[in-house]
Amino acid sequence: MKNLRSPLSEARGLGSAKDGVHHWWVQRLTALALIPLSLWFVFSIARYHLADYSTMIAWLHNPYAAVALVLYFIALFYHSMLGVQVVIEDYVATEWLKIGSIVLMKFVHFALGAASVFAVLKVAFGA
Amino acid sequence: MSSKPSAKPAVSRPLSPFMLGQYYRFQISSLLSITHRITGVGLAIGTIFIAVWVMSAAAGPAPYGQFAWFAHTPIGLLLLLGWSWALFFHFCNGIRHLVWDVGYAFDKKSVDAGGWIVVVASVVLTAIVWAIAYLVPATA
Repeated sequence: MKNLRSPLSEARGLGSAKDGVHHWWVQRLTALALIPLSLWFVFSIARYHLADYSTMIAWLHNPYAAVALVLYFIALFYHSMLGVQVVIEDYVATEWLKIGSIVLMKFVHFALGAASVFAVLKVAFGA
Repeated sequence: MSSKPSAKPAVSRPLSPFMLGQYYRFQISSLLSITHRITGVGLAIGTIFIAVWVMSAAAGPAPYGQFAWFAHTPIGLLLLLGWSWALFFHFCNGIRHLVWDVGYAFDKKSVDAGGWIVVVASVVLTAIVWAIAYLVPATA
């Protein structure tokens, strides 16, 4: 069979990094995790009337709710980051703009994710 | 010789027309495909509000009160309504995608039927969650 690798790829001599489907696979895994977590999240907001401050604090003091919320945030921000990356890759053609917006978007996701998890733990461990 | 993929092509060739609009007959699958993306990006923007919401709870009763006040303004409620429907749509259509990923419901009939099920289910789930929020008294 004819060699399908490009001349540049031949010259570099690097093989497959074996992570070709990693992005796709993690997007599916986080999606699977988000099925129960996001249902629980939305119905909790509606069920417990979390607009009230003391109700919200009491909810976050519940260890089950706090752990579920941390798991939800990890899956949510990871899944969101992977999804937005694909959208940028599809629609932004200019190379520097594509790379730049993906890096910025990932930083924002990590920052929001870290802040959200920290906020939950601060209330959960607080008096 | 190779050229950068982003470089302007020497010959401008006709492009395949966009999946929605005057060129193709309407299909539920193409409409839901782009809606899945749009709701996905919308939900990604929504994570900013989720982060501000939990951080305001950690900041104390006054900041939390401000956030809760904003959530109950007409704009806030409209954003919440849009967020809840977008989430349930992306949720249902995401499950449809996961079913395809394991190799089921790929024939034309199932793809169309699944699409309509997703549309109806997303509206029903949104109605249920808002009914719970406003009609069922809170239990601690």
